[in-house]
Amino acid sequence: MARTLITVPSTARRDEIIDIRVLIQHPMETGYRRSSEGAMLSRNLIRRFTCVFEENGKIGNGVPVFSAMLYAAVAANPFLMFHARVTNSGTFIFNWEGDNGFVQSERALIKVT
Amino acid sequence: MNNLQSRRAFVKASTGIAVSVLVQPSTVLAQSDSLAAVVREYAGAAAVREGRVKLDIAALVDNGNSVPIEVTVESPMTDADHVVGIAIFNEKNPERDVAQFTLGPLAGRAHVTTRIRLASTQKLVAVAKMSDGSCWSHTVNVVVTLAACIEE
Repeated sequence: MARTLITVPSTARRDEIIDIRVLIQHPMETGYRRSSEGAMLSRNLIRRFTCVFEENGKIGNGVPVFSAMLYAAVAANPFLMFHARVTNSGTFIFNWEGDNGFVQSERALIKVT
Repeated sequence: MNNLQSRRAFVKASTGIAVSVLVQPSTVLAQSDSLAAVVREYAGAAAVREGRVKLDIAALVDNGNSVPIEVTVESPMTDADHVVGIAIFNEKNPERDVAQFTLGPLAGRAHVTTRIRLASTQKLVAVAKMSDGSCWSHTVNVVVTLAACIEE
């Protein structure tokens, strides 16, 4: 499991627009570099990131909030900051998918006050 | 005489090989899609107009390995009128694509921040696709002092 750093406020007012910051530890090897021995370093990228919001009581019925396709030009340890409008208490589900079968999922709870 | 001729032939042939090896990288670069072409492909049928999008990046980049970049689009982000997607393209990295984002009304604000690599001094373009089908863009020139490493 790669280390992640996720910042989501734990509470928000209804219809408030919140900031979400996500960072995951990953080399994002481009496939254009050579090692010191001259061998080509094989490509190892995170290709896709998605953020889905699941309202409390509607498990398995997530609404897409934001998603990203990442390419070799994204820096190592990909960081993303985006926003979300909070309509109800629920869970943000973050998914990363990449080369060599890389898959990771994280969650963050938010409560509407 | 015969020996000399074959030596000439060998020298000729080998320079030919050397030249073809030297020329190859530039032809490969020429074949890669130009910046304008990838922007057009992303926009599809819509005309790409300047405005509504702001691409924020330092004009002078010290280290191309990790460059903060920020895209903001003017949009109310309601169900009826919102940003559908944002794409960032570059001019001189090995690949034109940098990142493509998909947004919806639930995103609340069309504003994305990330960190990218830049291989050289070049142009960057951010393109935003709206829910009404229109496309808007912003082009920025960036000077890079230390390029993102191609070597280990």
